Amino acid sequence: MRARGLFTRTALVLGLMFLYLPILSMIVFSFNNSRLVTVWDTAHSPTLKWYLALMGNEQILRAAWLSIRIALISASAAVVLGTLAGMALARLGAFRGRMLLAGMTTAPIVMPEVITGLSLLLLFVAMQQLIGWPKGVGAVTITLAHITFCMAYVTVVVQSRLSGFDEALEEAAMDLGARPLRVFLRITLPLILPAIASGWLLAFTLSWDDLVITQFVAGPGSSTLPMVIFSKVRFGVTPDVNALATIMVLIVATGIAISTAWMRYRQQRRVRDLQLAAAANL
Amino acid sequence: MRLTTASGRRLVAGIPILWLLVLFLIPFIIVFRISFSEVRLAIPPYTPLLSWRHGSPVLQLHWSAYEFLFTDPLYVSSYLYSLKVAAVSTLCCLGLGYPMAYAIARSDAAMRPVLLMLIVLPFWTSFLLRVYAWIGLLKNNGVINNVLMYLGVIHHPLALLQTDFAVYIGIVYSYLPFMILPLYANLEKHDGTLLEAAADLGARPLRAFVRVTLPQSLAGIVAGSLLVFIPAVGEYVIPTLLGRTDQIMIGRVLSDEFFENRDWPVASAVAIVILLLLVVPIMLFQRLERRELEAAR
Repeated sequence: MRARGLFTRTALVLGLMFLYLPILSMIVFSFNNSRLVTVWDTAHSPTLKWYLALMGNEQILRAAWLSIRIALISASAAVVLGTLAGMALARLGAFRGRMLLAGMTTAPIVMPEVITGLSLLLLFVAMQQLIGWPKGVGAVTITLAHITFCMAYVTVVVQSRLSGFDEALEEAAMDLGARPLRVFLRITLPLILPAIASGWLLAFTLSWDDLVITQFVAGPGSSTLPMVIFSKVRFGVTPDVNALATIMVLIVATGIAISTAWMRYRQQRRVRDLQLAAAANL
Repeated sequence: MRLTTASGRRLVAGIPILWLLVLFLIPFIIVFRISFSEVRLAIPPYTPLLSWRHGSPVLQLHWSAYEFLFTDPLYVSSYLYSLKVAAVSTLCCLGLGYPMAYAIARSDAAMRPVLLMLIVLPFWTSFLLRVYAWIGLLKNNGVINNVLMYLGVIHHPLALLQTDFAVYIGIVYSYLPFMILPLYANLEKHDGTLLEAAADLGARPLRAFVRVTLPQSLAGIVAGSLLVFIPAVGEYVIPTLLGRTDQIMIGRVLSDEFFENRDWPVASAVAIVILLLLVVPIMLFQRLERRELEAAR
């Protein structure tokens, strides 16, 4: 028993090192002066010159701005569609098309991206021939594609959160005469709000990060940030990409730290409220 | 919530179904259709399936794209190579992920959320950049070779980049959280008293593990393995950045047929054959997923 505990714990530590080593190396070498990236230039490092180069890189800034806009719209639309799908699967019981909906929301999660990308582009081409919309490929088609694969993830998150809750609360509200929309706004929505929030963040990250599907449905004037990065790193390592990675890690880490602190604060406040309530009852 | 109004119910289920029909299901039908066309120099660059001859419709099915796939050895070898890479990577992921998930499930209750957070955190930073980071680690004058040469373990740099090994590393690295999370969800629910009972009956730890823990965690093993295996078969970014140049994976073949050769029918046929290979694993995954979500109710 003891020996196995040691073995699994060693695996955990090594596995975590494996997960973080590449990220750490990117951060370290983003401050390296040398163009050779992996050879540390002791005389002139650390330096911020790759960060400055990044700030002056018009192409990267424009691509990042496009990616942010696409991710904002995609995540928001995916949350609406995914919440509807998650509610239908968790709360509507048996309805016609249930199997179809369940299948269509889990398949995109594992579907190889090249297939999704190809099929979406062929759809857009066919649509353009038939109804004349969308006109060419670009930001619009990228957004439509992102909404589609992001909503599958939101559906799973919302559905599993709803499945964990008893329907009794909603039924009680119904029995008290609340209309369905009111039940949704007053009972269901507050219950699944954490799932919606994490679903939105997940969708934003997936959209912001997607390369393969985007490449299929993007046009000449619509290069997203992953597309620009990919075309740079395909032919070797470039130091300014390390700087970009460091900035992204920093943003994610800050976001996680803030949300953790916020959750801890809410937890503490709830404990205090409960104590106050208990004291009042005495 | 039993939505009483029929129109409300129809709206809640209808909108996402409609969206996915148009943007997920119909696209596959189009791919299927184009895979039976022939390439031509026009817009769009393939022949129509239905044409009108003397006032009546004529269905023209071309098998040439599929014939091409099965006669040119490039395609067959790419399919086999992709299946091999995905299978080996999945096994490596399982070998590393299982003990990690086990250690997390057995750690203090207070530590578990922290450890889980550490597993998921890399997933929130760009996948592309994390794969790219391995170029800097694996290349000839990269970090790993430099460290090994500094320590005197080797005297000439090892060729690590553009090998099968680099692709395995890349896939295991990128998909490890997808293996660990379902395994953890499963292992966490296990009843410790079963293992104690086995120990009381005289089973050695390893035997107790093989006879008690392993069979119970089978659903988690299958779910995690499918989550790694299915997307890994069609993986494009990892083999393109880290992999061999003399043997490409099928996802790259599809992309090259489409973008470089502009042969839409062959690209579609490649996609259909990947789907045929993956249809059983995908359906297995859906069934597991459904059971998992229904069990949570």
